[in-house]
Amino acid sequence: MPSKSSLKAEQTTNSREQSGAEALNDALALCLERDPSTLLIGEGVPDPMGIFGTTTGLRDRFGAERVLDMPLSENGLTGICIGAAISGLRPIMVHQRIDFALLAMDQLVNNAAKWRYMFAGQASVPLVVRCIVGRGWGQGPQHAQSLQSLFAHIPGLKVVMPVFPDDAKGMLCAAVADDDPVIFIEHRWIHPVRGEVPDGYFETPLGKARVRREGRHITIAAFSFMTIEALHAARALANLGIEAEVIDMRSVSPLDVPTVLRSVAKTGHLLVADTGHQSFGVAGELISRVVRQGFDHLTAAPVSVTLPDLPCPTSHVWAAHYYPTAVDIAEQALRQCGISIGEAEHRELEKLLPTTPPDIPNPDYRGPF
Amino acid sequence: MPETTSNTNEHALLRRMLRIRRIEEALAKRYAEQEMRCPMHLCIGQEATAVGVTAALKKDDHVFSGHRAHGHYLAKGGDLTRMIAELYGRVTGCCEGRGGSMHLIDQAAGFMGSTPIVGGTVPVAVGAAWASTLRNEGRVIALFFGDGCFEEGVLHESMNFAALHQLPILFVCENNDYAVYTALGDRQPQRPIHGIAAAHGLQTSNLDGNDVRAVQTAAAEATQRARSGEGPQFLELHTWRWREHCGPDIDDQLGYRSPEAQAAWLARCPIQREQEHLRGQKLLTETELHNMERNIQQEIDIAFDTAISAPLPPVENMHRHLHAQ
Repeated sequence: MPSKSSLKAEQTTNSREQSGAEALNDALALCLERDPSTLLIGEGVPDPMGIFGTTTGLRDRFGAERVLDMPLSENGLTGICIGAAISGLRPIMVHQRIDFALLAMDQLVNNAAKWRYMFAGQASVPLVVRCIVGRGWGQGPQHAQSLQSLFAHIPGLKVVMPVFPDDAKGMLCAAVADDDPVIFIEHRWIHPVRGEVPDGYFETPLGKARVRREGRHITIAAFSFMTIEALHAARALANLGIEAEVIDMRSVSPLDVPTVLRSVAKTGHLLVADTGHQSFGVAGELISRVVRQGFDHLTAAPVSVTLPDLPCPTSHVWAAHYYPTAVDIAEQALRQCGISIGEAEHRELEKLLPTTPPDIPNPDYRGPF
Repeated sequence: MPETTSNTNEHALLRRMLRIRRIEEALAKRYAEQEMRCPMHLCIGQEATAVGVTAALKKDDHVFSGHRAHGHYLAKGGDLTRMIAELYGRVTGCCEGRGGSMHLIDQAAGFMGSTPIVGGTVPVAVGAAWASTLRNEGRVIALFFGDGCFEEGVLHESMNFAALHQLPILFVCENNDYAVYTALGDRQPQRPIHGIAAAHGLQTSNLDGNDVRAVQTAAAEATQRARSGEGPQFLELHTWRWREHCGPDIDDQLGYRSPEAQAAWLARCPIQREQEHLRGQKLLTETELHNMERNIQQEIDIAFDTAISAPLPPVENMHRHLHAQ
């Protein structure tokens, strides 16, 4: 169901409808084309599957020297890309699962994040690390983590999570052009999401949220794929007389708190939806900042919709219980606005129930990863 | 690096080693003042590895190092005053006070950075060598690390990639037999370290790291091979740290190293050996040595005075340099 979303991007004279994967592929091609110092490296980058289609064809266009596979050495290769970055190149690394990037935490945290600061600005690390968050089809405990809060805790790392194809393209271009390390987190389910994408090279600033739907009763600030769930929820809420403002946060660090504060000043209510776990997470951080900086605007205690504090279980029977959806967001939003769930509310919430099994992104999906 | 007219080129290796020794002795002496408030790992006794290897490099070649980096920084031509200022936490330090002894950099001299996580700069140096190849720079990268680094997975990941892409890098292992207080035999099985590098496909040499001329020759040959496209090179240099792992003192009284081993290595002082070599060749007089000592001491005194008289970093500078401006 989510993949059917064809949410309109800002219309430009030249744009086309694309999937997230196609938009990312275009972004990579444009970056490789415009700057010969750009490199693309990762396990599976040149293989026939092309990282879910995001790297397909790039080796043929830009050569094996600049578009290459890598040994199964996540920490070593991260350090090697850091060394290349401080030496004038702009490497883009790809991890097919963010879980693999955990092997590289030493180089990311101790070197990439600190090289500029500890050497007093004498060197830059223009490194992009694309990390894909798995979901569904039994990805399980070690292939479905959403670890944005881990990276966002580290000063010196920028962390972004686009969801719509236009943002995926513009933010990837901006990340590659950035002189600092950027952790570019792609939820696996954003790859099939379709939307209008401007043609050609453009950069979408990092650290800026985007209001995707205006409303006056409640602010729903969402990260990554939860933005799509939030927009579904908002349509159901509208049928019940609640106009939700949906903000696609797009970046985790820097975190665009001012945009959320402006919205909360209007709505008085805040719900934060994140793809990560509840505790010590991004949702809690955003709520904390809004409460500290905008306490007077709030008419109720903010709530969050997140993963439970549990590893992801594999059996598909648990998927519906593990992953929160538009239903959870709508239900929490109603409670937040002081509306009890009666018969009419139940009917609307039921309409939000996914029509596809909750462990696959769309009806065409056949596995295996 | 300042060379005085009283020293001929024959004296260069001796002078560079002696300079590092005297600088570190001065640091050790002043450490008790509690003004250099950062962990400090002295390389006294190991000067020949730094001087021999860097003597084989061009100015445009790059060097990376780890926690025990003073000698590598100085031998590559790193600015002495900025290093001392960094240890004193001054704004004129090579990292403006953000690094201390364990984070040194002087990019103008080709010293590209040292950091104290064991193995931390190993892949970074390999990445710099990769960039040298991709950008056709003709630059060789030299990387210093210790025997303990062989226990870090990232070293093997890095050697694998360097060999796969035949990168122009010189891996220099300073094998001083100890990781803090733990002997090599308690950390690794009985097999030669250079054999592991050879198994990764590197060309290796295994030699006395306290013989500065042998080190220079081996490094020159290895650097030449690396520069001409023969891929990554490896030197295992056997040496000995005279003082404690971290700090200014001698810690023989702790008994973790045998007195016999300590005495044997002290007798193999790289500086004494080079002096004897020069005297044997009738290339060094007592006057020349005296003048060398005096000039070095003058340079050190001025460097300390300049470094210490510089201001501390302004408090408001703390937030600078987190991101590009």
